[in-house]
Amino acid sequence: MDAVFLARLQFASTTIFHFIFVPISIGLALTIAIMQTMYVVKGKEEYRRMAKFWGKLFLINFAVGVVTGILQEFQFGMNWSNYSRFVGDVFGAPLAIEALLAFFLESTFIGLWIFGWDRLSKKVHLLCIWLVSIGTIISAFWILLANSFMQRPVGFQIQNGRAEMNDFWALVTNGQLLVEFPHTVLGAFATGAFLITGISAYKLLKRQDVQFFKKSFHIAIIIGLISSVGVALWGHQQAQYLIHTQPMKMAASEALWGKSGDPAGWTVIASIDPKKQENGFELQIPYLLSFLSYSKFSGEVKGMLELQAEYEATYGPGNYIPPVRTTFWSFRIMVGAGSLMILFGLYGTFLAWRKKLEQPNKWFMRLMVFGISLPFIGNTFGWIMTEIGRQPWTVFGLMRTEDSISPSVSAGQVLFSVIAFSTIYLILAIILVYLFIKVIRKGPNAPDDHHDEHSHDPFDQVVKEEKQHALT
Amino acid sequence: MHLLNDLWFVLVAVLFIGFFFLEGFDFGVGMSTKLLARTDGERRVLINSIGPFWDANEVWLITAGGAMFAAFPNWYATLFSGYYTPLVFLLLALIGRGVAFEFRGKVKNETWKKTWDWVIFLGSLLPPLLLGVVFAGLIKGLPIDAQMEMKAGLFDMVNGYTLVGGLTVVMLCLVHGLMFTTLRTVGDLQVRARKLGQMLLIPLGVLLAVFGIMTYTMTDVFEVRGGILAAVGVVGLIAFLLSGYFMKIKKDGWAFGMTGAVIVLSVASVFIGLFPRVMISSIDQAFNLTIDNAASGAYSLKVMTIVALTMLPFVLGYQIWSYFVFHKRVHEKEHLEY
Repeated sequence: MDAVFLARLQFASTTIFHFIFVPISIGLALTIAIMQTMYVVKGKEEYRRMAKFWGKLFLINFAVGVVTGILQEFQFGMNWSNYSRFVGDVFGAPLAIEALLAFFLESTFIGLWIFGWDRLSKKVHLLCIWLVSIGTIISAFWILLANSFMQRPVGFQIQNGRAEMNDFWALVTNGQLLVEFPHTVLGAFATGAFLITGISAYKLLKRQDVQFFKKSFHIAIIIGLISSVGVALWGHQQAQYLIHTQPMKMAASEALWGKSGDPAGWTVIASIDPKKQENGFELQIPYLLSFLSYSKFSGEVKGMLELQAEYEATYGPGNYIPPVRTTFWSFRIMVGAGSLMILFGLYGTFLAWRKKLEQPNKWFMRLMVFGISLPFIGNTFGWIMTEIGRQPWTVFGLMRTEDSISPSVSAGQVLFSVIAFSTIYLILAIILVYLFIKVIRKGPNAPDDHHDEHSHDPFDQVVKEEKQHALT
Repeated sequence: MHLLNDLWFVLVAVLFIGFFFLEGFDFGVGMSTKLLARTDGERRVLINSIGPFWDANEVWLITAGGAMFAAFPNWYATLFSGYYTPLVFLLLALIGRGVAFEFRGKVKNETWKKTWDWVIFLGSLLPPLLLGVVFAGLIKGLPIDAQMEMKAGLFDMVNGYTLVGGLTVVMLCLVHGLMFTTLRTVGDLQVRARKLGQMLLIPLGVLLAVFGIMTYTMTDVFEVRGGILAAVGVVGLIAFLLSGYFMKIKKDGWAFGMTGAVIVLSVASVFIGLFPRVMISSIDQAFNLTIDNAASGAYSLKVMTIVALTMLPFVLGYQIWSYFVFHKRVHEKEHLEY
């Protein structure tokens, strides 16, 4: 195992892991902010309990998201120092701005939100959770700006042997960012929403706290539906954009070796042979690829072999075809998960609208529980397609992955850190799931965990129940 | 153009100084959970006293790293790849510590709590130790070659000098944290925090003196910036003595301010000693990284200067406000979040 492979493995595993929790944080923060707004506007205690209950899950998740994020920032310097030297001038700025604009905002106001329930006025406290939510979104903006530069480098010139920024505005208005940011952030909103609807569906099936989870389901499914549809719309925009800027990635995600012909058909499934550079079996829907690429039923799409020849002419000899199978299947898995989310969202909204959540349709509610996994599948495979499909480049057309690593770091050191971080991440994942289940089991009426209640005094129990009554 | 390089060197320094001043006390409080607290209730009071702040304090480090990346990419690249293994341990410690605060109170089980207590303790002890070792290494010089690659062996990183540096930072944070505890708690815990702080001033003074002498004999920073470093040292000594005095007369706010001043001056002197270098090569002076050869281009620095100077007042404003909101002392009897 060489250092490049290990550094890539580390980047892939830590980023995928980090990006399980980040969308939950972004999505839950928004939903909780909406719930708490309803509390402040309508004054109903139930909304306050909602903000608090979902807030518990949010905080457990937020902690993991934050700590795994520190590694992301350090990793560029540790594993990819040549990359950092070459593009730091451009790439470092959004990371620094992200910390300054977003991380301080999130971390300060999350503290104020957690500890401020009794110390701040209702409105100021509400403002805190909104600022947390805005912070998570600003954070996504700057990190996606940095990623967009890797997909489509703009606003720089090569000078002194490295990429130097010469147009900040070009970075902020990078076409890639304008399609990637809405697609990703809406995906995150959907993630939080589907987590809430899935958990609510589970509780409704068990007929526990029916009113509470019906309301939660209702709010979240609307957010879930709107954002899922948005994800699909901007996903389509992104695909059309990629046809122009990263045609190789799109060709690989279609497993399109030769010319597509005009009109181009969309390959549903295929048995791909990367060695022979051809597909054995293909199932195609005619016209669809032309439509997806150009919004009309004609037009040819370039294949990988043609692009390979073009790239060799531009960038010199080398293999410019990314891992085709991974790109192809990631794309399909992502689209499949997204489509199911829209269907679930539609039917769930219909049920909520017709007030049919009380006597829930059992098979559908079970599907909604399974639906928790859909956004995670979509998010993960979306990123795999984006990052694997860009290979062999770290910065498209500018710098290759194999040239990006740290020359002074040995494979052994990277292996050690891969093992160390995988172990600790695995432990974190297990604990997080365990704590989630614990909080969900207890439900919204459980007394605060933090108050130690070792007492077995039966009267004590009565007092507690009275307290809860007073709350409801 | 030079002006911006200077400015960003100062900004990176300020971010690290802010980090050690702020997270310094919550590292200290984290260590106190084992060294000072006697009961679970006291531990919870300590953790809750830093509850609303520690996360934002840590962002100072993340921002310092980000600013380094953006303004001095070569500094960031050389330092982070060169100090690979210590940084792995730093990250493991920070990861464990961050989740420990959130996880600790979530399950009512003694083993569970004790495990996370150890994570909080080690997670608060290791980062100042490691960062102290790293910063001491920065001023001592490291094997950096013509390609700006640092190829340091274990003993280049960990040796007598850097270990004293690490221990000094740990002790600074601990005393500073104890002073923070006197401000945020009441009763017995407060009294004991003050007492322990007073007691630890002696070893802290010894460590600071030894580190100062070693720096004078083993590094070149006094040759380069002797005058100003001596002045900083004198002011630091005064602050140190005053902190002892204020502890004695129970002016806790002032004592906290003075231990903070000692931290600020210590970290500042590292950056003063470095300037205009950012990393010193022990192989050849010519291979030093400086604020010129390690920096981003003028345009990039300009953009970031505009963003930073526009945003900084807001960032500082709401952080100060959050300390104001939580200025009340933490009791065992009231609602504790963690």
